[in-house]
Amino acid sequence: MYQERLRIDWWTVAIWAVLTLLGILTIYSATYSSDHASLFDFSNFGGKQLVWAAVATLAAVVIVFTEPRFFSNGAYPIYGAILVLLVATLFLATVTKGGKSWIDFGAFKFQPTEFAKFATALAVAKYMSGIDVAWQQSRTKMVTLALVALPAALVFLQHDTGSALVFLSFVFPLFREGLSGVVLVIGVVAIILFVLALLVNKYILLGILAVLGVLYLFLWLNKRTARDYWRVIGVLACCAVFVFSVDMVFNHVLEAHQRERIDVLLGKSEDLRGSGYNVHQSKIAIGSGGFFGKGYLGGTLTKANFVPEQQTDFIFCTVGEELGWLGSTAIVALYVWLLVRLVAMAERQRSRFARVYGYSVASIIFIHLFVNIGMVLGLVPVIGIPLPFFSYGGSSLIAFTILLFIFIRLDASKNQLY
Amino acid sequence: MSDKYSDRSRVVKTIFIVVGVLFVGRLAMLQLFDPEYREAGDRQALRDVTQYPARGFIYDRHGKLLVHNEAVYDLMVIPRMVKDLDTDYFCQSVGITRDDFDQRIQKARKYSPFSASIFMKQIPKEDYARFENKMYRFKGFYISQRTLRIYDRPIAAQVLGYVGEVNQADLDRDPYYSMGDYIGKSGLEKSYEAVLRGIKGKKIMHVDVHNREVGPYQNGAFDTLPVEGCNLYTALDADLQEYAESLMANKRGCVVAIEPATGEVLAMVSVPTYDPNLLVGRVRGENYRKLDSNYGTPMLNRAMMGQYPPGSIFKVAQAVTALDLGVITPHSGFVCDKSLVGCHNHPSAQSVQEAIKMSCNPYFYQVYRRVIQQGRYKNIYRDSQYGLTVWRDYMLRFGFGQKLKIDLPRNGMSTGNIPDTSFYNRWYGRDRWAFSTIYSNSIGQGEVTVVPLQMANLAAIVANRGYYITPHVVRFYGPDSLQDDEYRTRHETGIKREYFDIAAQGMFDVVHVAGGTGRRARVDGLDVCGKTGTAQNNRDDHSVFIAFAPKDNPKIALAVYVENARGGGGSWAAPIAGLIIERYINGEVKRKDVEKMYREINPCQPPLPPKKKKK
Repeated sequence: MYQERLRIDWWTVAIWAVLTLLGILTIYSATYSSDHASLFDFSNFGGKQLVWAAVATLAAVVIVFTEPRFFSNGAYPIYGAILVLLVATLFLATVTKGGKSWIDFGAFKFQPTEFAKFATALAVAKYMSGIDVAWQQSRTKMVTLALVALPAALVFLQHDTGSALVFLSFVFPLFREGLSGVVLVIGVVAIILFVLALLVNKYILLGILAVLGVLYLFLWLNKRTARDYWRVIGVLACCAVFVFSVDMVFNHVLEAHQRERIDVLLGKSEDLRGSGYNVHQSKIAIGSGGFFGKGYLGGTLTKANFVPEQQTDFIFCTVGEELGWLGSTAIVALYVWLLVRLVAMAERQRSRFARVYGYSVASIIFIHLFVNIGMVLGLVPVIGIPLPFFSYGGSSLIAFTILLFIFIRLDASKNQLY
Repeated sequence: MSDKYSDRSRVVKTIFIVVGVLFVGRLAMLQLFDPEYREAGDRQALRDVTQYPARGFIYDRHGKLLVHNEAVYDLMVIPRMVKDLDTDYFCQSVGITRDDFDQRIQKARKYSPFSASIFMKQIPKEDYARFENKMYRFKGFYISQRTLRIYDRPIAAQVLGYVGEVNQADLDRDPYYSMGDYIGKSGLEKSYEAVLRGIKGKKIMHVDVHNREVGPYQNGAFDTLPVEGCNLYTALDADLQEYAESLMANKRGCVVAIEPATGEVLAMVSVPTYDPNLLVGRVRGENYRKLDSNYGTPMLNRAMMGQYPPGSIFKVAQAVTALDLGVITPHSGFVCDKSLVGCHNHPSAQSVQEAIKMSCNPYFYQVYRRVIQQGRYKNIYRDSQYGLTVWRDYMLRFGFGQKLKIDLPRNGMSTGNIPDTSFYNRWYGRDRWAFSTIYSNSIGQGEVTVVPLQMANLAAIVANRGYYITPHVVRFYGPDSLQDDEYRTRHETGIKREYFDIAAQGMFDVVHVAGGTGRRARVDGLDVCGKTGTAQNNRDDHSVFIAFAPKDNPKIALAVYVENARGGGGSWAAPIAGLIIERYINGEVKRKDVEKMYREINPCQPPLPPKKKKK
């Protein structure tokens, strides 16, 4: 059998390695105290993360030496197994911080949610790569939707709303495969309307929308057909229904802490000691970093426990405080570089399976990055999801590494047919 | 591989890059431009400063200040923030040794490296002044102002109680407290802790690199103001309390004085006593140990915690009980037959009134027999059981045998003992005891014990002719808070007023008529009513006296108890009671020589050393 030499994309591997290493160092710093000073003390967070990184590296090596065919053929079985695990989690999980997503194995805890992401990516990629599949068919849309919605719903049932939102990232690979761009536009418009509906009087909002509609009809269009009128009326009607349902969703679907977090973000609530505390402290810590930062291990606010969850979801605070604007920008740039590179790599794939999977990888990392750093910077409501490769947590680090290295493996033999 | 949608990769890349740029811009805003966040960089850190509210003051019934506060300073440390410290210079400035420093910092670090703990507590103003201007050199250290209790007069120590640092049990019980906080440990300070303490406030301060507080964080958006504690307005009469303490000086025993109509405690003395200022500040620990190991148990509030045989004062309660039961009439007479029970030499009493005046033991032996053996059952054992149950029910209505619900800490309080049938059944066996076994109770000896507060309450009951209001020290607190319903409710004995009139007349005779046992309680121009008691015990007799005055519309009812006084109730307790009454009603005591004599003489046997606790 013809065996092509592996062409591993070393730049991507390098970015992964740098991010993981910086993560360990930052976790060590965030939880640093003079009482246990060694990074290699495996009872502290930094030391533990070092162990997880070793496990993740082992997983990466195993993946690199695995036949790509395994991932393509194994996509559905892996997906099925994860679904079973997610269902099992609902029954077995221990409750941690209001969520039910951890399975306790005694010595360590394991979060199946993290692994559902790459499993779903594999399944979607596998399905989209079928010979008889084209996005234009409604069956394709239904099946793809089901593949994504099923794990998302199970994760949602674990009260892990943040991780459930991550499944929205599949919009990007599907967009690449033919999903109408209108979906993206509608999504953005919906978010804007949601925010405005909470901030502005609904009748005034709808009035402005109506005026915009009229302006569109009479100033933008030269010729108006009956269809144009109906289209504008239809859009306005949809907006009206949406705007009026916002209150209902806000008050009855969202949970109290989610409502508070949104209120805080929108500046409607100044609960600085309650739900606004994290974000406010986080902004202070980052702001105090200035241009150059206070130096590694030099942070005072993140260490003095001003920022809760500083080693997990709020890890970026420590970066901001200790490495300053320069360091934070470098890390954001590193992530953007990785994302853009992944998209470019996805585009050079010869198989649709690898391309869809590549887009999925980039999008999943992107959503995490967007939500996590956005939250820390006070741009997005507080949603507890980790910063890929950076945040403390074994499940998260290992799952992201697997997610990324499967794609690196697929890319390494992109000329091979499987 | 390209297809018709491959251009869309640019859209996706653009979105990724735009978000990246957005983040970098936001970071620049937070870290480089927005002054609110940028300045926080210079300020280095925030510090939580607890704002301690001033503890409420305590006043007497005439508005005289009994307890107030004075500022002292706690030196606080946050171990993680201690940097570049010249330790020798620090030790020298603060006035501690290097070893001491190491110990203290180690203790603080053990508590928490990140949170503030007390490095050195209660530094007086003048000591603090010596290093106040050097504080900027001690990074990680700061000063927290606290208040100490100051007792204007060294009186009523056991009633006022003292304040001390919270212990682990307090911390576990109430999350309000944190390490190093103060809490009322005894007396009013403890029972009114929630009223006196107020509510702590919190101030979050920015601290600069020189360890100086540069200003409030977020203009105080997170701060909470402390709410000052409420003042207590007590019923105590400071002058009377001081006077009673001076009379009881050099003795062991107690005095409780009550205003009968309201149940307000005018004075509560327990001697030996101590200066409450001894249990304040940094000298507290050492003084506490000294006081605690003193044989005289100065920290014990005898008025509430002691239980004693009441002696003959108990006869007053027996008289009205027997009258109410109808087992005797006001004119029942009994021969003073010393073969039944010992007595002093006096003519036989022809009425209840006379019996009280002369305190005839055989008389009350007969009275008690009629109460206990009412002849309801042929079997004397069953008859005695029935009689004792009826009798006990009466005694409980006088407040005996139970903790009176006074507004002082009641956990160490005594109930006294009014024995019930199960008590004797346990002791002697069922149907193995009858009146002849328990007759000592009739004269306030035997198994009966009473708490001095209950004795004063008995005087108040007779003064009120049949009811009492639970004794209480505090009249009201805060601006307009009324006291509990408990302290406004009459507790009726259910015994007819006319019987109490007879008892009161008898008590009047005790003091005023020839042959009365308490004539040394007499005060010219006042109709003092009283009853003596001489309580036998395994050492010298206790001298007891209960009294009220005037006879009609009494203003004061009191009990005086002098332990092991080598004399009867008439010789020590009665004259002291007379002086206290004179002082309270007339405002001054004319009999200076009598006053001087009782102040100076100590009739009490010295206390016994406490038994060694078995370990």
